[in-house]
Formats: sequence, structure tokens, C-alpha cells
Amino acid sequence: MKNGILFLLASLALLSCKKDVIVPPEPLPPLNYIDTTGFLEIHVDNVVNGAPLSLGTTTYVSSFTDTFSVDILKYYISNVQLVSANGYTYTEADSYYLVNEANPNSLHLMIKKVPPGQYTSIRFLIGVDSAKNVSGAQDGALDPINNMFWDWNTGYIMAKMEGHSPQSTQPTKKIVYHIGGFADKFKGIRYVSLNFPNTANTAKTHTPILNLEADLYKWFLNPNFSDFNTSSVITGISYESSGMADNYANMFSVTSVIN
Amino acid sequence: MKKIFFYIVICLGFISCSVDPEIKPEILEDEIKEIIPEGWPTPKYNFSNNPLTKEKFTLGRYLFYDPIMSANNTISCGSCHQQFVAFANAGHDVSHGINGLLGNRNAPAIQNVNWLPTFMHDGGILNLEVMPLAPITNPVEMNESMANVVNKIAVSAKYKQLFTEAYGDDAVSSQRIFKALATFMGTMYSNNSKYDLVKNGKESFTSQEQSGYNLFVQKCASCHKEPLFSDFDFKNNGLSVIVAYGDSGRAHITSNPSDRHKYKTPSLRNIELTGPYMHDGRFTTLDQCLNHYSSGIVSSPTLDPQLIGGISLSSQDKSNLIAFLKTLTDPKFLTESRFSEIK
Repeated sequence: MKNGILFLLASLALLSCKKDVIVPPEPLPPLNYIDTTGFLEIHVDNVVNGAPLSLGTTTYVSSFTDTFSVDILKYYISNVQLVSANGYTYTEADSYYLVNEANPNSLHLMIKKVPPGQYTSIRFLIGVDSAKNVSGAQDGALDPINNMFWDWNTGYIMAKMEGHSPQSTQPTKKIVYHIGGFADKFKGIRYVSLNFPNTANTAKTHTPILNLEADLYKWFLNPNFSDFNTSSVITGISYESSGMADNYANMFSVTSVIN
Repeated sequence: MKKIFFYIVICLGFISCSVDPEIKPEILEDEIKEIIPEGWPTPKYNFSNNPLTKEKFTLGRYLFYDPIMSANNTISCGSCHQQFVAFANAGHDVSHGINGLLGNRNAPAIQNVNWLPTFMHDGGILNLEVMPLAPITNPVEMNESMANVVNKIAVSAKYKQLFTEAYGDDAVSSQRIFKALATFMGTMYSNNSKYDLVKNGKESFTSQEQSGYNLFVQKCASCHKEPLFSDFDFKNNGLSVIVAYGDSGRAHITSNPSDRHKYKTPSLRNIELTGPYMHDGRFTTLDQCLNHYSSGIVSSPTLDPQLIGGISLSSQDKSNLIAFLKTLTDPKFLTESRFSEIK
């Protein structure tokens, strides 16, 4: 009897050590599941009034006949959606891209897990949606080390352009535009919807290329922008920054789709 | 003989529990659990995207006290946030950044930060995890880029080990740094003051403390709302404007003129120790603070309506209030070894 109790105690002691952590198995796709999704590749081409953009000393002429050069051009493209001929809309998950003219790799966007289809238009957000602005520390394109996140006033810089212009009122003749805001009436995020000249036919084994042009000339147009003298620097969230967002919302076009 | 064998089995059973390699003596598992004291609201930050582990806590603890975060490796988070004063900056109206540079605001206490809907005196920052980015990059504080912080930490053998323990591999990223710091700061709970013990029925106020508490409820608690002692709203509390600081307060964030010179209501927990007081640290004593509210209110277009004409307080009222305010001191929090610098 006594031995029986001891045996029980011993068993209990041993049992109490057992980790009661149950690790659920990874959910497996059904046996007959075949991944048929593929990619769509976007080539971003930043230009100024049709001329290829080159950073540094190359000068361009604005619609106000101001001369300017470009040192930095960075903007977010996020929440990419593709609309197919039959009305189906594919929404890419975790869809955040930072286009940075200084980084050639960033000019190629690979849209992932696209179901096979014939797509006729694209929809995306310039900037970062409000949820990701307030959800804590992010990584990848949204990592603050990319210098596109304000440290003193939470939120992403949706689009950033810096350069020089003789018309600038700044002592160094700099022109600086950091456009942000995700919730305010003056927010800097904008939806863009563009039709394709011909369908993009995606398949598991076929990745079409979408040539997306962004024309900086249109970023600095009347009536939402004055000139480099009146507005040498726009940073923050204001009537002026919001006008600039209205402008860059119109700078994109799909120049061709190559199947 | 059989009996002895069974005893040995039992002993072995217990021993195998006590040498569980997952528990290190310095930090016990139960010390870094999320706490929501009874009667407190739901925290804003809840670790759902940053599961609490003691390894992440330890990494955060090392990072918090490491001057590697500053441009010239001289200033750490802990330089201006000291545990013995509830992680405020003792004796400094405004803190000293690198190269002796001065800012224009007082370093706030760090305690119960999971309940804060916004950070900084102007509420510009909206998530605990990205809060450290502000002092790290501010030119008059640590003046460092986050990219440099990542690079410096990535080559440190000590951090390779700490990151591996916390995250399973030694890859350093800003996200991992921020989540570790949020783990360390987010578990800085101050809920063991005499006030808390009184509320839990374990102690009782002296008659003076009780008189002070009654006055507090009547005259202060509408903004300094229990149990966190703040409504987390932004108010102009009638301080004269120090023009040289060029600080518009909440309006700096909202660009709204009606927010000029408004600052977030601070918690009063550990208030006995968190001076100098006010957003610019202009008062060094609690007496000065109460005198401001009773006879120092400066009128302005954005002055909080509740403060028009000041708060009427006799000198006895002030003594009683201060007696109550001292019951908000939490000795356990101020001395808990897990929050101290690892030497």
C-alpha cells in the first residue's frame, strides 16, 4: 500500500515536469492543392517631362520655367490591387514598396501570388495606409532606417523629393518636400487607378512586365503648387502638402504592358 | 530497499524540475508577465505583436543602458531616465544631450507606459515601440541615425548572443531593437504605492493623507484621473510662456492654434521624486506646483477653463495634498533589481 502511494507520488513528480505546451502542426494545404499563382513585375520609370530622371547635377525646367535638379526621390507604393477583365480584383497581401530613385533594385516591384488571369487595370496607394502608421515598429520597406518615418510626429513620409533650384529662398538653394499625414484632412496618401493599354496575362510560368512612368513635372504643377521661390520647403501636414499630394496622385501612367 | 528506490525516484523527479534550463536565477518567469491591476483600464499596448519573453526583456535592458544608442557613444536612455526617480531625470529641468546640448523639455517618468495613448509632452508619438526613435535621432539628445544604431549593434559580440537568445538568430534590425525596448519599458509597472495598498484594503491613510485625498478628488482628479492619475488629454495649465524655448506644445503636432501651449496631463505616480516639474521643469518642489495652481495661473486664450481664477487652496490644504501625493510613491518599483543597469 505504502509503496503504491510512493509510486503514485513519483509518477506525479515526473508528470509535473512534462511541458504542457502543445505545438499545433503547421496547417498543410490539401493534397490536391497546386499553386497556380505567378508574378506581375512593375518597372518604375521616373522622368521629368518625358526626359529620364538622373539624380545630381542634371537640370530640368518646371512648368513655371524654374530650373531645378533632383537629389532624392522616394515614395511608397502600397496596397496593390489588380483588376481582371472579368471583374475579379486581386489584392496583394503585405503590399509595401519603397521606390527610391537612388536604388535601382527598388524600381522593380514583384507583385506576388497573382492568380492566373487577364488583368486590365491596377490600383494602388501612394504612401502607407493608416493602420501601418500606428502599429509599432515595422521592417522591410517600412523600416524607419529608410528615413521615411517621422520621429517626432508618428507617421510615414509618403513621398519625398529634395533637390536644388536657383529660385529657392534657402541659403543653400535647396528645395525640400516631405509629404506625410495618414489621417488628417491634409493627409498625403492618395489612391491611384490606372488602366492598361492591353491586358497583362499572368500565369504561374509567365510574368508580364508593366511599365509604370512617374513624371515629376506633374508634381509641381498649378494650381496646387506655386513655384520653387514661393514654396522652397514643404514638410509636414498642411494645406500645401495636401495640394502636393493631389499633384503626385496624377503623375503616374502605364506606358506599356509586355506579355 | 524498494522504499529507498522510490524515494530516489521522487527526489529525481523534483530535481529534474528545479534544474529546468529555461529559468535563470536573475529573472524569474513570473516577473515579466503582463499585469493589469484590478480596476485599471485596458492597456493600449498589449504585447499581442510582441510576445513577452525574459530574453527580449534582458536584451531591452542592455539596450536601455547602452550609450551605443547615441552618435558619440556617450548617452544612453538611462542617462536621462533614472530608476530611483521613476525613470525621470533627477535635478534636471531639461536634460543634457550629447556634447552638453540642452533640449527644451523635461524628461518624463517611464512607468505604466502601456496605458499611454500618446507619447511625449505634445503627444506626437502614437506607439510605444517607435517612441525611442525620437530621442535617438533628436540632434540635442542622442543625435544618431537608426541605421547607425543597427550597424553598431550588429558588430557587437555581446549583442550577437543577446539577439540570438531573444530572437533565435543574431540578425539585428530596428524592429527587433524597438520590440526589445518596448518589452523592457512596457513591463515597468508602478502599482505598489501606499495609495494602491489603501485601495486594496491592505493599508489605510493617515487622517492628513485622507484629507489630502478628499481634496484631490474634489479639485485635481478631473484631469489627474485615477488610477493612472492622468486623463491623457492636452491642457494649457496657465504657465507663463518662455519665449526662448519656442515651444508651442500640442499645436506643434496638430498645427491648430487652439492647441497652443497645451501639454499632456502627466501621471502623478511617484510625483514626490519625478521633479523638476512641468513640461519644462521650471518648478523644483511640490509646493511651487501647488502655489502655481492656487495663485500663479496666467490667463491666455487657450487656458483650460477649469483653471480660470486658479484653484482655491489654503496652506493647510496644500500640506494635506502633499501628504496624499507622497502616498503615490512606489518603493518597490524604484528599487526592483530587474530594472537596474547590468554592470
